[in-house]
Order: sequence, then structure tokens, then C-alpha cells
Amino acid sequence: MMTLQVNGRAHQVDADPDTPLLYVLRDDLELNAAKFGCGLGQCGSCTVIVDGNAVLSCVTPLLLVEGKQVTTLEGLGTVDSPSPIQRAFIEEQAAQCGYCIAGMMMRAQALLRKNSSPTDEQIRAELEPHLCRCGTHMRILRAVQRAARLMQTADASTGQRSAQ
Amino acid sequence: MNAPVILDRRRVLAGGGALIVSFSLRDAFAQNQAAPAAAPPPSPPGSLKQAPFLDSWIRIDADGSITVFTGKAELGQGFKTAVQQIAAEELDVPFESLKVVTADTRLTANEGYTSGSNSMKDSGTAIQNAAAQVRGLLVAEAARRLDLPVENFRTEGGAVIAPDGRRFGYGDLVAADMLHVQAQPKSKLKDPATFKVMGQPIPRVDIPAKVTGGAAYVQDMRLPGMVHARVVRPPSYGAQLVDCDTGEIYALAGVIKVVRDGNFLAVVATKEFQAIKAMNALSAAAKWQETATLPKQDDLPRVLTSLPSQDSTIFEQKNPVAAGQKTVEATYTRPYQAHGSIGPSCAIAQFINRAMTVWTHTQGVYPDRQGIAEMLRVPLESVRCIHVEGSGCYGHNGADDAAADAALIARALPGVPVRVQWTREQEHAWEPFGPAMVTKLRASLDGEGKISDWNFEVWSNTHSMRPGGAGSMLAGQHMAQPFAVPAPKPLALPEGGGDRNAIPGYKFPNAKVVHHFIPAMPLRISAMRALGAYHNVFSIESFMDELAGAAGTDPVEFRLKHLDDPRGRDVIDKAAQAFGWRKSQQAPPDRGFGFAYARYKNLAAYCAIATEVEVNRETGRPRLVRAVAAVDSGQVVNPDGLINQIEGAIVQSMSWTLYESVTFDDTRITSIDWQTYPILRFNAVPDSIEVHIINRPSQPFLGSGETGQGPAAASIANAIANATGKRLRHLPLTRKRIKDAIDA
Repeated sequence: MMTLQVNGRAHQVDADPDTPLLYVLRDDLELNAAKFGCGLGQCGSCTVIVDGNAVLSCVTPLLLVEGKQVTTLEGLGTVDSPSPIQRAFIEEQAAQCGYCIAGMMMRAQALLRKNSSPTDEQIRAELEPHLCRCGTHMRILRAVQRAARLMQTADASTGQRSAQ
Repeated sequence: MNAPVILDRRRVLAGGGALIVSFSLRDAFAQNQAAPAAAPPPSPPGSLKQAPFLDSWIRIDADGSITVFTGKAELGQGFKTAVQQIAAEELDVPFESLKVVTADTRLTANEGYTSGSNSMKDSGTAIQNAAAQVRGLLVAEAARRLDLPVENFRTEGGAVIAPDGRRFGYGDLVAADMLHVQAQPKSKLKDPATFKVMGQPIPRVDIPAKVTGGAAYVQDMRLPGMVHARVVRPPSYGAQLVDCDTGEIYALAGVIKVVRDGNFLAVVATKEFQAIKAMNALSAAAKWQETATLPKQDDLPRVLTSLPSQDSTIFEQKNPVAAGQKTVEATYTRPYQAHGSIGPSCAIAQFINRAMTVWTHTQGVYPDRQGIAEMLRVPLESVRCIHVEGSGCYGHNGADDAAADAALIARALPGVPVRVQWTREQEHAWEPFGPAMVTKLRASLDGEGKISDWNFEVWSNTHSMRPGGAGSMLAGQHMAQPFAVPAPKPLALPEGGGDRNAIPGYKFPNAKVVHHFIPAMPLRISAMRALGAYHNVFSIESFMDELAGAAGTDPVEFRLKHLDDPRGRDVIDKAAQAFGWRKSQQAPPDRGFGFAYARYKNLAAYCAIATEVEVNRETGRPRLVRAVAAVDSGQVVNPDGLINQIEGAIVQSMSWTLYESVTFDDTRITSIDWQTYPILRFNAVPDSIEVHIINRPSQPFLGSGETGQGPAAASIANAIANATGKRLRHLPLTRKRIKDAIDA
């Protein structure tokens, strides 16, 4: 048994320490957002945030995240109460099939927590590890810019949110 | 999420006071197949032809709730939202009040495949007309009750309103089998000027779940007691499993079963990562005998044009008066290319009481059912296929194969839901690729710089090896008693396959188009977005630029000189004007402007795309800077959805065009992941893409999913030629090929 902190809650997980975090999130904790795309760290679909940094969960063994704070897209908000980045992606309709989107959003979220007003170039550079096959890139870029504006507004009105 | 669909047929039938949804498809097909004695009556539009009963499409419950049934699937292109808009509009109900059920062999009509940009034309049209006719029946019922003429009634918000203001809810009006009637050939459709829902950029219904971690994909389904399976595929086409000691596999944690059936090998475990470890162990234990069957990749165009082919002249026009003075020739090639879905294929199957249910991201639930039933040697009725979204497919990827894998494994574990997830490497190596193609063009210009004769030859495999039939699925091919791969067939014109868009949309006095259909398939191939149109439009529109250059005419003007179709001319004008295209324009240094146009399939949507491309002369690296598109897809249902499709087509086609080719040695596919099959990344995303829609109210839906692929490729190729002065004719237009051309 290992203890895993996910989305602010402690979970007891019965999985081998070499199990990639992705499978623990999906199978043991039944979280949907982190996606299996390659299992090779090549596409970004599985990206989650660990202690504030974007991490490829498909190549990160459970052992390495014990005691750390893991955040998945589910931890940001819900359909009824979406976080700024979720609102931004809905408002920009920044998805086609959407399979890659959760990973994109997590890396963008990590970026925006460190840099609240990134340039277009900085966003593109940050999203470089991520593949989108539907060609939704223009909308994804717009959604990240919109998320930055929404987060600034939210931060200004509610005070600094806790990390992530 | 689409599944597990709560609404099953039993509940539908039990729905108190509701219409009986009984889409008498078998009756309908029987009627269609029986030769009518008299001249057939005019058939209703869209898929109503195949499934004419209104209640195949629309169910209204006594409580007024409305369900729309479509046999097409949501492939991540916004179809479900668009169809909901159509139904809401014609039924006069709020958009949010509808529930849409998509492709399911128990619940929806058989609309074949969700492919070919046909969903709006087939299913959208059927649902628009069915909804209008249902509304008419409800109005007639209210009029009958009050004994007043129907003209005195109107509809609003799910109710029929009487002249005195009395409201009759649809649920109150509907009774017995009122909607179990055949559709009329003509419907009283709403005037587009009065549309409230259609034509609006309604946000997609599926996006909120997708951006909040909701269950949105078949990959996200978790059925009670579900176990995880992995397949061990052969290392190459035709490899034979000669030995496999499975004894040690059973000693691994969580392993439930090893399934071996001839060359089909799979392992099932309790947890997913246990299944992965067991797959790796099983893969190491399996000994295969391989055969070198693949052609030389570097020699592919010669191989293709040397294979036996069935040749047919698909278009010929002669006018001996028009004589050419200057002749131009060119050969264009396309490699095998991969769909490359970001989520490898996945399916879940459960075998209970001799009934097999498969949840699949297939494009065709009915053809899949047929293939799986044949493979399992069970009656068709005992298999149910339910579409649940997967990652975008862009054609025939591994979806159907994964569905067959799941069914074959689940049969060995009765009662237990089995989830099969392909690996990245399996998807890349085993998906049916978009076929390699060769085109040879020759044309002559007359004294006025117009094309006097045009010769176009295309060499291609078929562009569909889809199910049904067990032999089209890998599991069916690999089992001990295998099913033969069905003989490939060229796809019929006017839509065509390898010859899709081979016939030019332009008017030439003399023209001849020959299709060399190649039955032999060295690599596994099938339908990939736009089929042959991608390469044929790339060829035609590249060659039009070459000819414009030879004629000394501006490329846009040159196209307009040869095009009569006013809707085609309109998209060309619009794209050129919005781009700022000018005759004798000069692109900035190391940049080029390109233009291309096509009407998809010569019968669907019109699309023109202007591009600006930057080429680094030192490295040869190209970058699409901006693209401006104009599209006419008929009556627009969701403008933002249409724009999203064209934006995506441009970006995806740019990736195909600049980077992508499947690689192989004499035995194995060697492009098996994103390192060995690189695609577009963010550093190459354009600065801007603009899409301009030309809406055509009341005109038929023309679809949009594939219209941009060909024009985008040619426009980029033309811009590279404009930037470098060098014409590249072999896809992909890689950095190295551009650099070599610059240095040549």
C-alpha cells in the first residue's frame, strides 16, 4: 500500500511501485482526464501536475510521486463549476475529438501558475511536448491566452488561489 | 458520454404512453429489395431512403421528452451537436431539451459508415425532414382535436399553439404509433430566415465533459468486474506463431487468461498494468516466423506503377478544334500515411448468455456487427455494437480491429467485460494506412494560354478495406481458422476512391482521366480522410500552378479562366480577396504565396485556400505562416463547427504534406511511434488561420470534414514553389527535399 495525494485528498493505493502513475490514476482512482496516448512520453496526453510541475504520468512510476501533490484535470473544477482554464477551453471551443486536450490543459495550467501572462511564443514552446492530431492548435493557443486573462481576473477578485 | 446507453430497447418499448420506437429496418430493406411492380414513388431525402419510418429517427414520450436517433457516430467533429440543432429547429423545441442517441445496432437506423463527409447529407437531412414531418403530424393532431384547419396553428417550445392560445404539449398529442409512419418524399421545412437554432454557433455538447475529466471516451468506460486485455500482434504481416510457452505467463501477478487462436495471441489480467507486464512477457515468449514481403520503400512509385492494374477511362472529352502549342508533364507521388490517432484503439466486449455486446469507436456499428458475428460464427442478432467515442480517427484506423479483438477475447471469458487497449506501437504498425499513390499529368496550352487538353492518370489501391466481413479484421485474419481478406474493389464513382477528385472540376476542351486500380496491397491500407482526393487535388492543383506559370498567368486568374461553377468561383474570389491576393504580387523574401481550390468529390463542399509559407533557405525548413480559406458547405448548421473542421483540415493536411510517411524495411513497418513517424508539433503551427463561410440557405448540406485536405496540401506546395522557385512533386515536402531542390 502506498499513499498518494491526488487533488487534495490522500488515497491508499495497492499497486506495485513501478506502476506508472497514469494507470493508478485511471484504474485505481477511476479518474478519466489523464489519457493513455503512447506510454512512451512522446505525446503529452497523460500530463498531470506534480508539485506544480507538468509531468508525463505514463512514464512516471508511482514510487516517484509518493508524498507529492498530484493534480489532475478533475482537481481544477467541474462541469458545473469550471476553473478558469476549463472555462477558457469551453468558450474557445478548443477541441475536436478532445483526446489530447486534458494533457494540454494541465501543462498550460502549470505554466500559467508560474507565468500569469505568457507570450504566444512562450505558450507554443511550453506545449511543444504535446501532439494534437485533429489540428485544433489555433484554438488551443487562444484558449490558453484566454485562460491567462480569466485567471488574472479570478485572482484579482478572490485573492491568490492555492497552488493550481 | 454516449455509453453505456441507459435507454435500451426494452425501456423504449416499455415507455408508457410513448411512441413505440420500432425502426422497422428489416421491413424497409425487404421492401427496397423487392422489385416494385409499378414505378417507385419518389423516395424521401437523405437516409430516410433506407429507414423511412419517422420513429426510426424521433421518439416523443408522453412526458414530452424527445429523443433523436442517428445511425451516424460522433467522431469528434461536432456532428452530434449539429444534428441536435437540426432536430431542435425543425421540431421547434429548445436545443437543450433534446437527447441524441448515436450509432447503436439495437437503437438506431443502419446508416452504414460515418465517413466521407456524409453525415450531414445523409443523417442530418433525414433528421431535418423527419423532424419537420413529425411537427406536421403533431399540428395535424391538434387541429383534428379542435376541428380547425392546420393553418391556424403554430408551434413553439415543444407545444402546438391553437388560435385561441391553448397549448398542446407534444407529449399530450402523441399517441400509439402516430409516428410509426413512412416519411413523405417532401417536407414542409422551415424558412431559413426564421431559424433560431440552426445557423448559430451553439457550443458543442461533448466539450464540457472532455475538459473536466468526465467519462467521454470508450477508454473511460469501467464496467463492473471489467478486466484488462492486451494483444500480442505478430511482428510483421503474415508472420506465423511457431512457439509460445505460456506457462510462465500464468505465474505473473493478476493474469487471468492467455488466449491463443492460431496467430492471435492475447493476455487478460485483473489490472491494466498487470496486463501490460504480461503482454511484454508473452511477447518475449512468442516465437514468430517472418517473411520478407514488403516492397522497397525508396522505389515505391515504380513498384506501384509496375503492379498489375485494372485500367479504366473514367472521363473523356474531345474537341479536335482546340489544339495545344506548349505541353507540360509532371508526376506526383504520395507515400503511405498513417491516421495516427492520438488515443490508440480500444474496445470493450462482454459475452453474456450467448449474446456479445461490443462498445467500440468504430465508424460503422452495423458493418462491425456483421464482421464480428461472422468471426464468432454466431447469428447476427446475437451481436450488438454500440458506438462510444474514441480519439479522432480520420478514417479507418484500428477501431474495428480492436472491437474484433475484444469480442474474440471476451468469448473466452463468458460474463466478464473485457477491455482491450492497443499500444502506440500496435496502432502505428497495424492500422490500415492511407494508400500510396502515383499520378501522371500532361497538358497543353493553346495560343491564348488556356488549357487545350488534359491527361490525368492515377495509380492507386482501393481506399476502403473496411468491414463487414471477418476477413477485414486482424483477429479474423489471425485466428487458427482464418477468414480471407476480402478482395479489394475500386470504390464507385461519382464519389470514387483512388479516383476521388481525379476528374477535374475545370472545363477543358479535351480531357482524359484514367484510373489504374491496383488490386495487390503490399501494405495494409484502407480509408483515410479524403481518400484519393488528397493526392489527386494536390496533383491537379499543383499542376494548375505549373501551367499558370507556363502561361504567364496569375494562378488565381488562371483557375477562374477554366472554371464555370459559380459557387466554385465564389469561394475562389472570397479566399483571394480575404488573403489580399493581387496579380503580380511579390511575397516577402524567403516567403511564397500559394493558392488551391477543389469541390470535394466534385459534388460536395467547395473550398479554396490561400497560404503564405516561409522557407529557411539554409536548412530548407518550411513553415506555414498563415492560411485563408473560403468554404461553401451549403446550408450552414453550426458555423463555428464548420470553421473548426476547416481549421483542423488545414493543420492536419499541412502535417501530412510536410512531414509524414510510413516507413518499412523488407519485412516490418518501422514507423511505430511518434519518434519514427513525426507529425506536426507546436513550433510549426501557423501564426493565423482564417476561415470564411459562404452560407447557402435552403441548399443541401454538403458536409465539411474532408473538404480542406486536398486544397491545403496543394496550396502549401504552391507557396513553397513560389518561395523557392522549385517545384516539389513528391509528398511529403520535407525539409530535406526542399533543401535538396534549393541546392540543385
